[in-house]
Amino acid sequence: MANQGAIEATMGRHAVARPAITPGFWGVALAVIVVAAVPTTLFSGYHLFQLTMVVVYAIAILGLSLLTGFNGQISLGHGAFYAIGAYTTAILMSNFDVPYWATLPVSAVICAAVGFLIGLPALRLGGLYLALTTFSLAIAVPQLLKHKSVEDWTGGVQGLVIDKPDAPFGLPLSGDQWLYLFTLAIACVMFAIAWNLVRGRIGRAMMAVRDHALAAEAMGINLAMLKTRTFAVSAMFTGIAGSLGAIAIQFVAPDSFGVFVSIFLFVGLVVGGAASIGGTIIGAIFIQFIPNIADQVSKAAPGAVYGVILIAMMFVMPQGAGGFLWGLYRRMRRK
Amino acid sequence: MEGVLHQVLSGIANGGIYASVALALVMIYQATHHLNFAQGEMATFSTYIALTLINFGLPYWVAFLITVAASFVIGAVIERLLMRPMMEAPVLSSVGVFIGLLLIINACSGWFFDYTIKQFPTPFPSEPMLGGYISGHELGSTAVTLVVLLAVYLFFRHTKLGLGMRAAAFNPASARLVGIRVGFMLSLGWGLAASIGAIAGMMVAPIVFLDPNMMAGILLYAFAGALLGGIDSPIGAVLGGFAVGIIENLGGAYLVGTELKLSLALVIIVVVLVVKPTGLMGRAVQSRV
Repeated sequence: MANQGAIEATMGRHAVARPAITPGFWGVALAVIVVAAVPTTLFSGYHLFQLTMVVVYAIAILGLSLLTGFNGQISLGHGAFYAIGAYTTAILMSNFDVPYWATLPVSAVICAAVGFLIGLPALRLGGLYLALTTFSLAIAVPQLLKHKSVEDWTGGVQGLVIDKPDAPFGLPLSGDQWLYLFTLAIACVMFAIAWNLVRGRIGRAMMAVRDHALAAEAMGINLAMLKTRTFAVSAMFTGIAGSLGAIAIQFVAPDSFGVFVSIFLFVGLVVGGAASIGGTIIGAIFIQFIPNIADQVSKAAPGAVYGVILIAMMFVMPQGAGGFLWGLYRRMRRK
Repeated sequence: MEGVLHQVLSGIANGGIYASVALALVMIYQATHHLNFAQGEMATFSTYIALTLINFGLPYWVAFLITVAASFVIGAVIERLLMRPMMEAPVLSSVGVFIGLLLIINACSGWFFDYTIKQFPTPFPSEPMLGGYISGHELGSTAVTLVVLLAVYLFFRHTKLGLGMRAAAFNPASARLVGIRVGFMLSLGWGLAASIGAIAGMMVAPIVFLDPNMMAGILLYAFAGALLGGIDSPIGAVLGGFAVGIIENLGGAYLVGTELKLSLALVIIVVVLVVKPTGLMGRAVQSRV
């Protein structure tokens, strides 16, 4: 009987509808408004561009986090999806005169489809094999982009140049300011999607597969379906980030999508914390600003700093900065 | 027909290099179930050491031997410092450490030896051999890789140390019980893998020229070779490496064009993993749940 009571208590806790708008929600909303308003009024030009790129990387790393952090599938090749997103946008904008905002849904669909297709063989690949396959994909990407058969679209080695969008509706904003706000708005949507996905039934299934695939299957989770769909969603996030990145940089070329893009995304993921949604922002800040600082020492310094910090994180803080701060916060609250 | 023969011979020459790197990968995989993503960068760094020694005025083969020895020490030290604590860590952690290592070694190569593309000397004559089908360097590097592979085979088959290393890789717990120093064997294995990689690096550098990212593509072919042959079979990895070399050259010449050679390796990897994940000579892994 006691057992029965416990079950009912558990069920009951879930049955109580959570209020949609909590103090936490207002906190996040306030933070978003501050993050949107302060830089647009204080910064301009290059600094605003850097912040735009932080937001872009945060979305890209968020996609990787859904796959690696929450579903346990290691990808070392997400730069490929970033490149596909960027090229989709660039091709649509320069060859077909599609407005920049309309390219995002297209690149979302294309990246999700490609992610799904790559996820199919990935199903059969345990952790390490998937890492290897995606790593190979990352190495092969520039070569594929340069190939003659797609040169008419991709512009070959030269790449494509696209125009910076202006603020619509006659808003009194500069191009940089508008682009920052636009990217931030998309990021808010993406983070909300990821947050809800991870908190919900699908998110629990994803984590169950990560923690114990066999037990998850025994509970009735369709492993194949879940893993490929996670891969597709993850690719979609990173692809959208690629599109936004291309719009911000206004230029795509094969050699800017080498294996190092994939590795940097992976570094950002690990530094921020693989299974931490807030941590992706820390990771994005890290991969955007550390190279700028380290570059002043030597051209080789960013790679070395990344490497040292990556290994150090693995030894002292495997859950990443995000996971570490979250643990700290929970310990503070318990006291 | 002559063209095909030429491509096959040249494929065997490249294949020898892929086979060496694949063997290095498989040795580490067998012992630790980790894939060394930094294997290529380690080999590149070793090749830079060789170039520095040669520019110092040392004869080629002296520099060669010193480089092999130095790479051995570097490999063993890396194992002891970085990999030992990661033995029981989850896959994500070990992949993270390997990627970190890749970044550090790549940066060191660029930092110490700068990023310009350099020529690397070859000890072999430059004129064509075997009736013009193969260059002197290709023939020489094939001979060197074959000697290395044979030496590694004999070492593992017919020496006590080799037997001990195989035992440590095959069953660490039992090996430890019969008095084998498993940790020491792992360090030796890493050292040996680094040395083999260094030789591959020195053999390929005259062909592809030396720069910090020289081995990225070669590592990809080596992965393909190792998977084709079976990731846990050293002999399979060697055969796979040669096969990939030949496929790559024939495919590049007649099928997809030289611009897509790297993607060919990707296709091989995906096809092997989808059709026969154990590779040609690998064992299916069964695990208790």
